[in-house]
Amino acid sequence: MKIVVLVKYVPDATADRQFESDHTVDRAGVPGLLSELDEYAVEQALQLKEKAEGEDVEVVALTVGPEAAAEAVKKALQMGADSGVHVTDEAIAGSDYLATSQVLAAAVRKVGESGAVDLVLCGMASTDASGSVVPAMLAERLDLPQVTLGSVIERQGDQVRIKRDGDTSTEVIGATLPIVLSVTDQSGEARYPSFKGIMAAKKKPVETWSLADLGVDAGEVGLDAAWSKVEAAEARPPRTQGEIVTDEDGSGATALVDFLASKKFI
Amino acid sequence: MPATRVLPDEESTALLQLTRDLCTRELLPQAAQAEATETFPRETFRLLGRAGLLGLPYPEEHGGGGVSYEVYLQVVEEIASVWASVGVGVSVHALSCFGLFTRGTEEQRQRWLPEMLGGELLGAYCLSEAHAGSDPSAMRTKAVRDGDSYVITGAKAWTTHGGQADFYKVMARADGGISCFLVPADAEGLTADAPERKMGLTGSATATMRFDGVRVGADRLLGQEGDGLRIALAGLDSGRLGIAAVAVGLAQAAVDHAVAYAREREQFGRRIIDFQGLSFLLADMEAATLSARATYLHAARLRDRGLPFGREASVAKLVATDAAMKVTTDAVQVLGGYGYTKDFPVERFMREAKVTQIFEGTNQIQRMVIARSLAKGDAGNLHTD
Ligand SMILES: Cc1cc2nc3c(=O)[nH]c(=O)nc-3n(C[C@H](O)[C@H](O)[C@H](O)COP(=O)(O)OP(=O)(O)OC[C@H]3O[C@@H](n4cnc5c(N)ncnc54)[C@H](O)[C@@H]3O)c2cc1C
Repeated sequence: MKIVVLVKYVPDATADRQFESDHTVDRAGVPGLLSELDEYAVEQALQLKEKAEGEDVEVVALTVGPEAAAEAVKKALQMGADSGVHVTDEAIAGSDYLATSQVLAAAVRKVGESGAVDLVLCGMASTDASGSVVPAMLAERLDLPQVTLGSVIERQGDQVRIKRDGDTSTEVIGATLPIVLSVTDQSGEARYPSFKGIMAAKKKPVETWSLADLGVDAGEVGLDAAWSKVEAAEARPPRTQGEIVTDEDGSGATALVDFLASKKFI
Repeated sequence: MPATRVLPDEESTALLQLTRDLCTRELLPQAAQAEATETFPRETFRLLGRAGLLGLPYPEEHGGGGVSYEVYLQVVEEIASVWASVGVGVSVHALSCFGLFTRGTEEQRQRWLPEMLGGELLGAYCLSEAHAGSDPSAMRTKAVRDGDSYVITGAKAWTTHGGQADFYKVMARADGGISCFLVPADAEGLTADAPERKMGLTGSATATMRFDGVRVGADRLLGQEGDGLRIALAGLDSGRLGIAAVAVGLAQAAVDHAVAYAREREQFGRRIIDFQGLSFLLADMEAATLSARATYLHAARLRDRGLPFGREASVAKLVATDAAMKVTTDAVQVLGGYGYTKDFPVERFMREAKVTQIFEGTNQIQRMVIARSLAKGDAGNLHTD
């Protein structure tokens, strides 16, 4: 069985994030890391591998991004993925979701040339753009069924059962592999790499592919080919001080309850 | 602001990064509460074990990480900078495996080391007794040979991880002199007293272990009868470096908190860090911390090259733990009245620093070791890598 996990390299959400002059996210000048939401997908892939007793399961970590994005693949390899693919090409910079999904689809197909891909695992969203649409677009392009926002995955042979927690109901969805599946941050905490994993990752194979390697026309991707444009991007104003309730006459609790109710927390 | 470090290779950098991740995400959120409630964080050690941090300075072929002391000690320092009890625990665990690794037969090593270094098990060592602290040669715990086993009887005081550990490295007096045994925690007749009620390091369990006719196979003797004290003291040379690293971690944490506070706190209309009288205190704290780190790293580099390092280890332990005591005390001063309360962590650092001047050889004993080595001569060698 072969699992491809999509891993995105994103700017560190705890650091200062910047925009370029063309309003794309500055990905080079700021510290980045493997999107934390994608760590859940890596974790699920590794768990499927561990649970598949006696069966050979290969986990391939795939990223599309600038040179530094190799770090996202490296982290996945340190956690336990078997091999990595890094698609990088200057022409990709500024790609919208459609173009990104096109490049990803071509990369998944190419990974499949050395053995069919049974499962494409993704996080529920990226922590930078938060679009959540790439898994669906990718499924469409690969002509595969999609199941999104899974929290529990069980597999028997080519049958998978996926639990989805919605606001009003919990669904259990059955599917036959191959599929594209995204998992939520409720699917189970991602493991830390171990020191042995860090050492082992150095020896794991990572392929670097360009658009030409994938047979994707550079004119179809990148900022100029994007179907939508960001016209303005401004940092949010810093948070202002919140409301302070001073209880002088015993009305404090009521004020708090009113506030929480007005925000629909209770 | 954590310490700036220069590491020998990319894997070491990744190891330190992993350590920092574990520290900020797993250790830091629990530390204050566990210390306040005197709770031993057994699960935290399992987490570190799974990450491979409990066997770092031992070779990979025995299940360790194959990491140099130079790198391992910096891991210990980072851990101690968020949670001293855990930093001490990592060092004590390494020390507990030391006898088997250095003096065990190949058969003994293959039998027990991989498990001991694998991360699930935690070790302890039993040298001190109630009346035999600085002078362990006065110990009374006995190991009597009986057929193909030894029967151990006595009480070992102050055991870090006492009652929590899975195995104990025990020094006891046999016919041939003080000897070293590897005793499993579930051995019949082995019990732990209630933990000591300590001034600090309260998340670390310290207890007297009682050996009431504990029978262990003769194959659990490490080295020969009579080797025990030498094994224990050789281990302590390395252990002291661990304690020096813990002390530097504490000092670093104290500097970080004090500086952050001094940059925010205003009096007389200015940030207190802008008063020279206070900022020089901070400068001295930083200087003490940095030089203590350099001192233990120097000793570690000697050790990593197989050169004698005992004197330098004692210097490092002395310098680093005295620095930690002073720096943590001054951090309380920087925070003023707030520093004296349990709402800020610096008073805890100060209580924790105190014990580093006491265990693994008091600082008086370190001076003795250093002075004895000076009396013998031998220094000034130039070594090339
Ligand atoms: C929290 C904690 C954890 C510990 N963990 C362990 C452990 O895991 N395993 C273990 O075996 N032990 C452990 N110990 C014991 C520790 O190593 C001893 O407490 C230490 O060696 C000092 O022994 P003592 O307490 O008996 O003091 P003493 O030896 O009685 O010393 C009392 C004072 O006399 C001074 N002194 C003694 N002899 C001399 C001398 N010749 N010259 C000058 N001054 C001298 C000492 O420096 C000290 O100031 C631990 C102790 C503590 C507090």
